[in-house]
Amino acid sequence: MAEEYEKGLHSPLRRKLLMGMAALPALSLLPRPSLADVPTSVVNTTGLAVTDSEVTVGILHSVTGTMAISETGSVEAEKLAIDQINAAGGVLGRKIKFIQEDGASDWPTFAEKAKKLLVNDKCAAVFGCWTSASRKAVLPVFEQYNGMLYYPTFYEGLEQSKNVIYTGQEATQQIIAGLDWVNKTKGAKTFYLLGSDYIWPRTSNKIARKHIEGHLAGGKVVGEEYFPLGSTQFNSVINKIKLTKPDVIYAIIVGGSNVAFYKQLKAAGIDLSKQTLLTISVTEDEIDGIGGENIAGAYACMKYFQSLDNPNNKAFVPAFKKMWGEKTVIGDVTQAAYLGPWLWKLTVEKAGSFDIDKVAAASPGVEFKGAPEGYVRIHENHHLWSKTRVGRARADGQYDVIYETADLVEPDPFPKGYQ
Amino acid sequence: MFGDYSISDLSSIFVMQGFAGLILFSVFVLMALGLAIIFGQMGVINMAHGEFMILGAYVTWMTSNFFQSHLPSLFAGYFFVAMILAFLASGALGMLVEWGLIRHLYKRPLDTLLATWGLSLILQQTYRSVFGAREVGVELPEWMMGSENLTDTIQIPINGMFVMGLTVLITIAVAYIMFKSRWGRQVRAVVQNRVMAGAVGINTEKVDRYTFALGCGIAGIAGSAFTMIGSTGPTAGQLYIVDTFLVVVFGGAASLLGTIASAFTISQAQSTLEFFLSGSMAKVLTLLAIVGILMLRPQGLFAIKVRK
Repeated sequence: MAEEYEKGLHSPLRRKLLMGMAALPALSLLPRPSLADVPTSVVNTTGLAVTDSEVTVGILHSVTGTMAISETGSVEAEKLAIDQINAAGGVLGRKIKFIQEDGASDWPTFAEKAKKLLVNDKCAAVFGCWTSASRKAVLPVFEQYNGMLYYPTFYEGLEQSKNVIYTGQEATQQIIAGLDWVNKTKGAKTFYLLGSDYIWPRTSNKIARKHIEGHLAGGKVVGEEYFPLGSTQFNSVINKIKLTKPDVIYAIIVGGSNVAFYKQLKAAGIDLSKQTLLTISVTEDEIDGIGGENIAGAYACMKYFQSLDNPNNKAFVPAFKKMWGEKTVIGDVTQAAYLGPWLWKLTVEKAGSFDIDKVAAASPGVEFKGAPEGYVRIHENHHLWSKTRVGRARADGQYDVIYETADLVEPDPFPKGYQ
Repeated sequence: MFGDYSISDLSSIFVMQGFAGLILFSVFVLMALGLAIIFGQMGVINMAHGEFMILGAYVTWMTSNFFQSHLPSLFAGYFFVAMILAFLASGALGMLVEWGLIRHLYKRPLDTLLATWGLSLILQQTYRSVFGAREVGVELPEWMMGSENLTDTIQIPINGMFVMGLTVLITIAVAYIMFKSRWGRQVRAVVQNRVMAGAVGINTEKVDRYTFALGCGIAGIAGSAFTMIGSTGPTAGQLYIVDTFLVVVFGGAASLLGTIASAFTISQAQSTLEFFLSGSMAKVLTLLAIVGILMLRPQGLFAIKVRK
């Protein structure tokens, strides 16, 4: 303890305090908000940025460039979680201080900033990345310098690392339950698969196709198409959809293309109250840009919707709006980003240490009962057990939750028979 | 591929596909007209063209919000007001940019490329700071959404027809201004021989400024119209810039007719290929064909002979 005092107090007050040390037993009865209960030398053996009163973490997202549209919500959620954790006493008695870096929608920049956060700032954890491309760019950095990344986005799977906790869904968690649901309740047999042309939609559609053809009775894929990122013209494919009349349009289109696709779908006279459309890429965030009236009636398969009816979410939504404005909406990834700081806090306290190796080892089995989505638990493979839900878009930009799996769905980043 | 379908199904699809091609054609022409004036007539490579379009889109969004909260009874007609405002806003910004930036670089055409690219980054970040990083949704009046049913099986998108009508109007207006009006004659005179034009008493600086502003204003109208079919966000302008340059360069930089012909060729090729192949492959093949043709005919489809 004495060692801790000497480190912290190089002021004229020091002598007086030392004189008062005799009265220490009485002092300990007073609240000591800035003094941690556990000595820093014990909880931090590898030189992370942890002091008696503070622990430094990093936030690494794009706030400029084309991805800022999507990543803004994640930054907001992570800051809210950090605020709330600090208000509740911090992590192991230490307040969280964050350093925010901008990945600028550029993958080499992400890697560079990740290195800065780990090597210069010695961050105990980093919450960040959004696209798979940015995650792939920082992964070697986190593994080389032994950092801890909490990654919020639903993604294609096929990855697992000691240094990453994936708080979003891997592909099978998002896809299979949704296809089963649409097959069972709508009797859907024929599917038209659409996607933007990059790894996530392609891998997801590959899993979807295997599931449709292998596991759904009479399931058939009648079309599969990809469009360059940023495409704004969909009239030709909409005509093809009209010609093939699939039971379900299965759409994994992202970014600005999304807006164009749904506006043109509506303009072409495809009525989503009659034509079933299932998507895994449109959250409440995207609907803001698309316009609720253009997508009302579509189904989305996610693990979280802002309209979820449970006590955790009823506290989370107002807290988020209080911090970031009444008009903000909360999508699936925003909620997953919110889980990151909380899961890290719970893991650190379970491990009794900030050390990366101990946090990584303690992660499996950590459960967060206050999750807005209800309840999550970290699996041995560093992904989350969580429920899959189907929502139906309303004209006001929110979803009605119409189905959820009875149990938590096991994360399976390397699904057998789907590759 | 078509064995399973009835003749009536197929014929209505072909009609709709024809319209899809025409709509794409109008979109291309509308995108490219402003640039055809700036790049074609003035030789300025304006990389910020997309951002001028997005300014128009944001003006439309603001107008829509204003009408919703203050004049809900007139909401059905707000779009026309929005387009005029978009033209004025983008045109005014264009005039400012020409005065502050472009006019110093007329003798260094390659530097305008860098300068306007920098300008596009500045504008993107400005939009992000002012309007937020997220996309905004522009609400349309009821009559502009949905489709017109020609028969039971043929549906034509109303917003597509609106874009087509608008394109025809603006093309006629531009053609009139450039080829029939006194001011258009001055513009063409300056393009052909700046020194002589100055010598016969044309205020070339003023002509430059208004030409640039006209091009930017048309970009603003295009941006306003595209809120019907695309997204409005700080970087959405980037979605259009490649196609826009493609159309203008392929058509032959200095020719309005070339721009129209090239927009027609590219749009028909692309929408037909998209129907028979997938979206990505259609784009690849279209680009390959354009590269091939430009190698054989570097001056583009139509070129005007100009005394250098």
